[in-house]
Amino acid sequence: MGKGVSFSGFFYICSLYVYVSFPKMGKLYDELSQDYRLKEGLKTCINCGTCTAICPAAEFYKYDPRKIVDTVQRQDDEEIEALLKSDTIWYCGECMSCMTRCPRKNGAGLVIMALRNLAAKKGYFTCSEKGRQLYPLTKALNGNVLNLGYCVHPSTFAYADHPESGPVFEWVLAHKEDVYARLGANYQGDGAGALRRIPQEDLDELKAIYDVTGGTERLETVERFSKAKAEEMGMTMEEYLAYTFSHCSPGHFNDED
Amino acid sequence: MIYEGKQKIWSDYQKEIPDDHWFYVRSCIRQSFFPASEHHFLKITREVLGKDIYETPHHTTCGGIAYHSDTIPQETAMTIVARQFALMTEAGYKNLVTSCISSFGNYTEILETWREFPELETRIREYLWKSCRREFEKPAYVAHASDLMYKFRNEIAEKAQRRLVDHSTGEPLRVVEHIGCHYSKMFPHKGVGGAEYPCVLSGMVDAWGGQVIDYPERRHCCGFGFRQYLVKANRGYSVSNTHKKFESMEPYHPDLIITNCPGCPYFLDRWQYVIAEQTGKTYGRDGFGIPALTYEELAGLVLGYDPWDLGLQIHQVAIEPLLDKMGVEYDPQAKYLGLNKKEILRPGLPQNLKCF
Repeated sequence: MGKGVSFSGFFYICSLYVYVSFPKMGKLYDELSQDYRLKEGLKTCINCGTCTAICPAAEFYKYDPRKIVDTVQRQDDEEIEALLKSDTIWYCGECMSCMTRCPRKNGAGLVIMALRNLAAKKGYFTCSEKGRQLYPLTKALNGNVLNLGYCVHPSTFAYADHPESGPVFEWVLAHKEDVYARLGANYQGDGAGALRRIPQEDLDELKAIYDVTGGTERLETVERFSKAKAEEMGMTMEEYLAYTFSHCSPGHFNDED
Repeated sequence: MIYEGKQKIWSDYQKEIPDDHWFYVRSCIRQSFFPASEHHFLKITREVLGKDIYETPHHTTCGGIAYHSDTIPQETAMTIVARQFALMTEAGYKNLVTSCISSFGNYTEILETWREFPELETRIREYLWKSCRREFEKPAYVAHASDLMYKFRNEIAEKAQRRLVDHSTGEPLRVVEHIGCHYSKMFPHKGVGGAEYPCVLSGMVDAWGGQVIDYPERRHCCGFGFRQYLVKANRGYSVSNTHKKFESMEPYHPDLIITNCPGCPYFLDRWQYVIAEQTGKTYGRDGFGIPALTYEELAGLVLGYDPWDLGLQIHQVAIEPLLDKMGVEYDPQAKYLGLNKKEILRPGLPQNLKCF
């Protein structure tokens, strides 16, 4: 080949080009692609940005679902790992407004759910402030489901944590039995009705469902990674719970630097 | 009949809602914050409309809030729902009616996912058998409770004691309707009127004599956002979205808001309180807020029920200006009494938002 590039040299350059141009497709994307919400939510994104235009989260947070879907679509494991460790995936409110407007019937919200699921499973959620909020959420909501049969319940709804519920709800909570009886509920009673006591055998079935379907394992995973993070941050679990529930650092919103 | 334009599009999103025999499942949020609405849904459908609505004490949450807060795997949420289906099957029902919009969205999403991926349905059936020794048939029809109220809106209008009009002028009340996002944004063909022209609530308003008002942010989310409200640090998201809606509807001077989601009436009510206390801004007349009602509360007022039986005293925004405008008689002294007129303390009052 004379003064030109040898065949092996040409091959090397081509290899380098391929290496640089194509991302490292790999395990994280493979795992993500097993999630039915990704199968439902990411079909043929054309990156038009309609999802971002309609998104209530993008209006206030530094959040752009178009970019997130684009990152996932590139299938680059390094980029996906960075996303899983970031605050970004936790800004969505899962209202699913994006699904209505997408001209290709994708659902950025569903892609987010798949990403969050993987971040929880891998423990990456502890790498970001918004991700660490998974600990108080997991503890409160599943504690209610497994002990009371519902995700939200007045017996665990503390006014101090919810001052926005107003003086009227402070009054309701202080007089639960009287107010709920007045309004036709069956508060902690037997039989049917609003706010009834859920029979133990039904709570046992919910626990069995959690055990069989990976729910219990998820709770344990979130607890284990959160404990490690609390230790790293020099906090007890009580302090970590209060901090992750209440603390908001500057910089999350569009109008902040 | 020849349909044109919007009317034709809208006609594609009609639902044939079954007439009777429903298996009812409650809502985590509604039974906690609007228990009288669930009570009156059953009272109206059973006693006024004569329908068969069955509730088993053994049903539970659908897990929707835990699922949409990303705290449980999809399979866990699906198996909880499969258990609800099993209870329905065991009770001999085929139609399922949910009190909650997110439950409605959750059931719909699950059935649609199973339709597309049958192997997942098989796996969930195995999980349910392994965990609960139960089997199920899929419901023939899933409805939201507001679908039933919409279906029977004209029957309710025929039995109405009052209409949605200003009793002193005869003018229709100006009503904002707010539909929960998970009613039809994910699966438009599952909602009456789809996501673009939903009429599940506006149909009730029309039938009961009110005037639906349009405004730019009519379809914007109330701002619940699951983790965006449940975690204290995130509530700026929630109140900001509600604020956006109120700023948008304010120039149209609505008399009330009607909602069909568990969270929406709570947020549209409580964030008005927070905005008033933080900024002094109120959206109703003379320092009051705009009442945000559930469809059962509004149906109850139309049917002539006592506003305190309907639970309107546990809203933070005062309901009295609306009651006065409609000409509803009520006993102000009975507002905060317990069962059998038991005296219990009264709630405190906000500083800025005018209340009684």
